Amino acid sequence: MHKPRILAIKSSTLACLCAFLLGISNQLLASTDHETGTAPADSDMNFRIVEDTQPSIRDDGESTADHTKFEILQGPFESGPEVTKACLSCHTEAGRHFMQSIHWTWEYDHPDTGQKLGKKTLINTFCTNAKGNEGMCAQCHAGYGWKDENFDFTNQDNIDCLVCHDRTGAYYKTPNSTGNKACSVMFEGKQPIPWEKVAQNVGKPGRENCGACHFYGGGGDGVKHGDLDSSLKAPSRELDVHMDAEGLNFACTTCHVTRQHLWAGSRYNVMAHDTEGLGLPGERRDVATCESCHSESPHSNTELTGIKLNGHVDKIACQTCHIPTIARGGVATKTDWDWRTAGKTKNGEGFKEKNYTQANGAHRATYKSIKGSFEYGENLVPHYDWFDGQMVYTTIETKFDPAKGPVEINGFNGSHEDGRSRIWPFKRMHTVQPYDKGNNTMVYMHLWGDDDDAYWGNYDFGRAIKVGMQKNSIPYSGEYDFVETYSFWPITHMVAPSENALSCNECHSREGRLNDLEGFYMPGRDSFRWLDILGYLALGGALIGVLLHGLLRKLFSKKNQQRDAS
Amino acid sequence: MNTQANNGNGTKVRQKGEKHYVMIYSRYERFWHWSQAMLIFVLFYTGLGLHGLHNLLDFHLAVTIHTYAALVLIVLWIFTTFWNFTTGQWRQYLFKEGVMKVIRFYAYGILTGEPHPYKKGLQRKQNALQSLAYMSFMLLIGPALWASGMIYLIYDLWSGYAWSSQGLTLIAFVHTAAAYLMGTFVIIHVYMTTTGKTPTHYIKTMITGYDNVELTEAEKAYIEETHAISMKD
Repeated sequence: MHKPRILAIKSSTLACLCAFLLGISNQLLASTDHETGTAPADSDMNFRIVEDTQPSIRDDGESTADHTKFEILQGPFESGPEVTKACLSCHTEAGRHFMQSIHWTWEYDHPDTGQKLGKKTLINTFCTNAKGNEGMCAQCHAGYGWKDENFDFTNQDNIDCLVCHDRTGAYYKTPNSTGNKACSVMFEGKQPIPWEKVAQNVGKPGRENCGACHFYGGGGDGVKHGDLDSSLKAPSRELDVHMDAEGLNFACTTCHVTRQHLWAGSRYNVMAHDTEGLGLPGERRDVATCESCHSESPHSNTELTGIKLNGHVDKIACQTCHIPTIARGGVATKTDWDWRTAGKTKNGEGFKEKNYTQANGAHRATYKSIKGSFEYGENLVPHYDWFDGQMVYTTIETKFDPAKGPVEINGFNGSHEDGRSRIWPFKRMHTVQPYDKGNNTMVYMHLWGDDDDAYWGNYDFGRAIKVGMQKNSIPYSGEYDFVETYSFWPITHMVAPSENALSCNECHSREGRLNDLEGFYMPGRDSFRWLDILGYLALGGALIGVLLHGLLRKLFSKKNQQRDAS
Repeated sequence: MNTQANNGNGTKVRQKGEKHYVMIYSRYERFWHWSQAMLIFVLFYTGLGLHGLHNLLDFHLAVTIHTYAALVLIVLWIFTTFWNFTTGQWRQYLFKEGVMKVIRFYAYGILTGEPHPYKKGLQRKQNALQSLAYMSFMLLIGPALWASGMIYLIYDLWSGYAWSSQGLTLIAFVHTAAAYLMGTFVIIHVYMTTTGKTPTHYIKTMITGYDNVELTEAEKAYIEETHAISMKD
């Protein structure tokens, strides 16, 4: 009963702030509200769970150090980097370790494709690019002050230890630059961070630490992934059997095991079928796969169903059956985003419409002047396909043919006959976003900034793209248009209890979930058309034949009787 | 002692020996027949469901029943093969002459009231057409079903090979085709049981095991001497 109210209050604050951001008057805002009196719960721009200070994982008593007793943590501290310095004075190698991490570099050199990936450079199907917009986007960089290319990636004092290790819930991050004139108010009115208290109460990350960014990927609660949103902060058993707050209560790092601040479970290079890290001594530990705990034969081998299910493991990812639907915790995920409609104004000002109400009661924006139109989904059946773990990205350098249908921003490899792929669930995001019409490449947009060229201020795609490309030294033809894109997010969270796993018929039926996958025979789904026709003819012919024969026998026996009688 | 008898329309039929009620289907044979019949029905019904032709059973349940029934049937067939060879009953299925006569009878003679051209005897329980049908049942349809079914059942042991995808398609095809043939056989077989003296005569025989068949002198003497086969009269 307590939490929704807090959410509402928090949301109302945020709604007002957002309204300021967009330059809408309070009267206008009131007219678009769904609830009068109490402002609507707005999770659009809600990047933090700061008001709820209960950590999801209680202190397990494992730590050999009580940080409140450290002299150096008594402070006083004025800023994050000062705390970091104190941390690193004892954890002398932590800085070096962390600096290899993708949370710091935002870079990933794919060992197989050779592609340079990572948020630093990638195009995405949401706000399209972090590059050049770090002032806003790098709120989710685990460092202090990345707002442009001058950020010093070699200075360990720039590392943000607290965003992951704060156990008080009182720590929060704000954008590294102010953006357009109204944006500065967005994070005003927050309680100042009690640095000493935060510094003395550090610990292993809980779900709310990771979730502060990963639940809000794509610009809002649940927007990007569909299987990661704020409902996982304290999920029920039904929503996620492992993170079940009343049960196993796993932290993210229970599966995403860490070594030297490097986490298992990359989305750039997915282990689609783990045959190496099955939990035995000597085997790989740096895996976050289901198999690493559950082995390759997770079902009972002493009964028929279990044996049959274990036989599926080589072709079907665990997630496919055990995550029946996504976005089922009350928070919707974005399924469709159309940038073409962005930039409409009312009385010269930007606005938003919130015509989607998700299961937890919050209203979600279906239109924002700064971003365009959106559609949402809840309890979504994922998109299924063969996947060998290899993501293939459309980067800023990739040329494509816009006439060939939607551009797969992160396509993937896999096939039923390569012996490595398994059928995986994905959240598929459909977007219509700008591209360089002359060069047939994607574009970087300059969205965030306090200058006149930023789209979030001037609503001018032409200028935002031109400057976005120029700023990053990418050739631009000067002409943009819009192209359909897909992005694919492998689904692996929101694992349901076994009793809620998919039943066989979900796939083994004529209109099942795997109907779109072709090239292989699947019992219950497939048949041989002409064999069935022949079979029907044989069965039907036999039936009709014997009925006719029986009828004739009857007729003739009467005739014979009459003749005998006569 | 040959006798001449007149049937209804005056055709003369040669008869050898007296007719007696003897057990022509032993207890095991009947057990085999009816349990096989039940299993085939269960397999056919669940198989149609698995093939997607009806949705009356949950796929999971259908697979479970289908698999267990298949395993039981395989065990039954192993026993029966053993039985057939140890008892010499396998000879019943050998090809007999006169298939065309029997076909002609079912196509025509049965309507006009002709007698059956084939006389049941202890060593000739099946007519020529029956032998041919059961022989193909036991050597073609049956093996096609259980062989493909067993390969299907152990799919997980060969699913890792590069050819597994084509292999599964082939196995599914053979299994489905053989199942249609089995279904066709069963329909005709069940109908044929109604063509006896009375519509239920053959079914009763298959339940009780007794039928009225001619015995040669030697057979009669042997039975009376040894009581190896039970005789009611």
